[in-house]
Amino acid sequence: MSAAPMQTLAVWKFSSCDGCQLSLLDCEDELLLLADRLQISYFLEATSAQVKGPYDISIVEGSITTPHDAQRIHEVRASSRALICIGACATAGGIQALRNFGDVEQFTRVVYATPDYISTLATSTPISAHVPVDFELNGCPINKHQLLEVIAAHLARRRPRVRAHSVCVECKRRGTVCVMVASGTPCLGPVTHAGCGAICPAYDRGCYGCYGPMETPNTPAMSARMAQLGSEEVDLVRIYRTYNAGARAFREAGEAHEAPGAGAREAGEP
Amino acid sequence: MSGERRTRVIRTDHLARVEGEGAMYVRLNGDVVEEVKLRIYEPPRFFEALLRGRAFTEAPDITARICGICPVAYQMSAVRAMEDACGVAIEEGPLRDLRRLLYCGEWIESHTLHVYMLHAPDFLGYAGAVEMAREHRGIVEQGLQMKKAGNALLALVGGREVHPINVRVGGFYRVPTQAQLRTLRDPLQQALETALATVRWAAALPFPDVECSPELLALRDPDGYPIDRGRIVSDRGLEFAPSEFDAHVQEEHVEYSNALHARLVGRGTYLTGPLARYALASRQLRAPAARAAREAGLQDVCRNPFQSIVVRAVELVQACDEALALIDAYVEPDAPAVTVTPRRAVGHGATEAPRGLLYHRYEIDEDGTILDASIVPPTSQNQLAIEEDLRAVVQGGLELSDEQLSLRCEQSIRNHDPCISCATHFLTLTVERV
Repeated sequence: MSAAPMQTLAVWKFSSCDGCQLSLLDCEDELLLLADRLQISYFLEATSAQVKGPYDISIVEGSITTPHDAQRIHEVRASSRALICIGACATAGGIQALRNFGDVEQFTRVVYATPDYISTLATSTPISAHVPVDFELNGCPINKHQLLEVIAAHLARRRPRVRAHSVCVECKRRGTVCVMVASGTPCLGPVTHAGCGAICPAYDRGCYGCYGPMETPNTPAMSARMAQLGSEEVDLVRIYRTYNAGARAFREAGEAHEAPGAGAREAGEP
Repeated sequence: MSGERRTRVIRTDHLARVEGEGAMYVRLNGDVVEEVKLRIYEPPRFFEALLRGRAFTEAPDITARICGICPVAYQMSAVRAMEDACGVAIEEGPLRDLRRLLYCGEWIESHTLHVYMLHAPDFLGYAGAVEMAREHRGIVEQGLQMKKAGNALLALVGGREVHPINVRVGGFYRVPTQAQLRTLRDPLQQALETALATVRWAAALPFPDVECSPELLALRDPDGYPIDRGRIVSDRGLEFAPSEFDAHVQEEHVEYSNALHARLVGRGTYLTGPLARYALASRQLRAPAARAAREAGLQDVCRNPFQSIVVRAVELVQACDEALALIDAYVEPDAPAVTVTPRRAVGHGATEAPRGLLYHRYEIDEDGTILDASIVPPTSQNQLAIEEDLRAVVQGGLELSDEQLSLRCEQSIRNHDPCISCATHFLTLTVERV
């Protein structure tokens, strides 16, 4: 009997917190089953065994923030059949993309006494700003069930079932009373990409947008409503400018409420 | 005597089974270790800078993103520091108990990840847990189930496993009901049994006979094993409040690393984490963990970094047992949070992340805007102690081949569960033999 060779998986890290790749190790019930069905060829956080590429599926966590990484991502792309970006760092630049709005030299001086030792780019950019990508899974952090669906879909060479509608739909499904309607809590749910399962409103908290913008978000209407609920301009800039600050819809919405004169550095997003 | 001395370089450019990106470099000249570097090349993310200008209420969510393995530690040090700045203290009652419960969940998740998936393969000779599972499936599965129990606790109290959403300055957004917490009893009871078995299993592993020498530093909480609060104490008589951290700890920026190196002023290298906590607080362990430690043959102080796997397993017993006790004693508070009103002030917060002491300091304006932030994670505090270990391991292992020595060095780095994402806010290994 000769079985077809197992498809291979590689997990790559760029600038990030490790939380999204940890989601794979957090699949406590599925991890060993997954390892029975595909070969984990490169996953530095989990194993020191390294099989050379090319790889059928590459999962990429993290954003591009150094000249070396801007080069390395091209090598990853060249050795991968499908390249899947996971998490807000890889899809939007992550929280570290806040540097795109400030002076990075000043940032370096705040943290490091000898800034000359640090090699860093002025911007934190998503993977798609550097190489073509096959799929982007949003979230800070990603949802592990969605990650398993995306891997399963790529193994079967079908489209992943990941919806691009808003968090509001997930609240309705979950049966959560709208925190904005019922208690006037500012909530980014109407403009935020689904996937988390609408956790925050279920904990009496407004969505803070960690899954990034949904498809076709109406941010002006969102901002106007939050202003009616008492959010000031500084609050509006802050709420759009977090883990997905570099995603176009949130970047533009934040800029719309910024004091004149302040501006974002071109983040290299298409 | 030979006129030529042989140079050996032992290096690992991409350290595996650590959180983040790092490298190791060791250079030997004959039998003399000339240079040892734990190089952290994980790109810097400038958290302290990007916190400036944000609201004081945002610190727990933003700093959680420093580390996906121990976000709760960041959240807990952040809320303590902000509450300290605002003159609020949550030192007793259900809100403090819930914070400690959530923190137990993170200790269980993080320690199990390290013991079973990152550390155990070193002792049993596998590349990783998945490879180990081919021959020890039952062991890996039991570890995964214990990790799952920790994650279930994080998900219930915190809202989700990675970057919990339910922690706020002043308390929580929503507190669980007694009935909800009781659903965690069975998985945690099972996890406690697994943790006890893990101590016995880990104690029987083969350990090289080595001792590390740095000063050991941990929090001291008069009311129990240190997790979420306390004064900072050492095994050599040092004691200070978190607010005096800057006066006692000096951070230095070295050329080869993107993580700052910390030293105790006038004293030198120190170590935080499980070995330090255990040495300073083993007498405060609850009965099941104390008994497990004794049966595993641990003395009051353990200075063998390879045996940290046993100490972590003892702390797993402690965390599971304490979580169960907290659940049993839980009474829902009247409100999920206390009101915290900002004022112009400086606040300090220190808690015990799974890897060791995590210190936050914030200066905030009267409207709550963050003016300045300083964060000192455990791994940057432990870097010098890890390099000292490497030096000792290489000096004691000169007869080994480069490959064996490299493996021993990597293992000795993993003994300390370094979190490189934290330290830069990682790791590659190089050993050079001259």
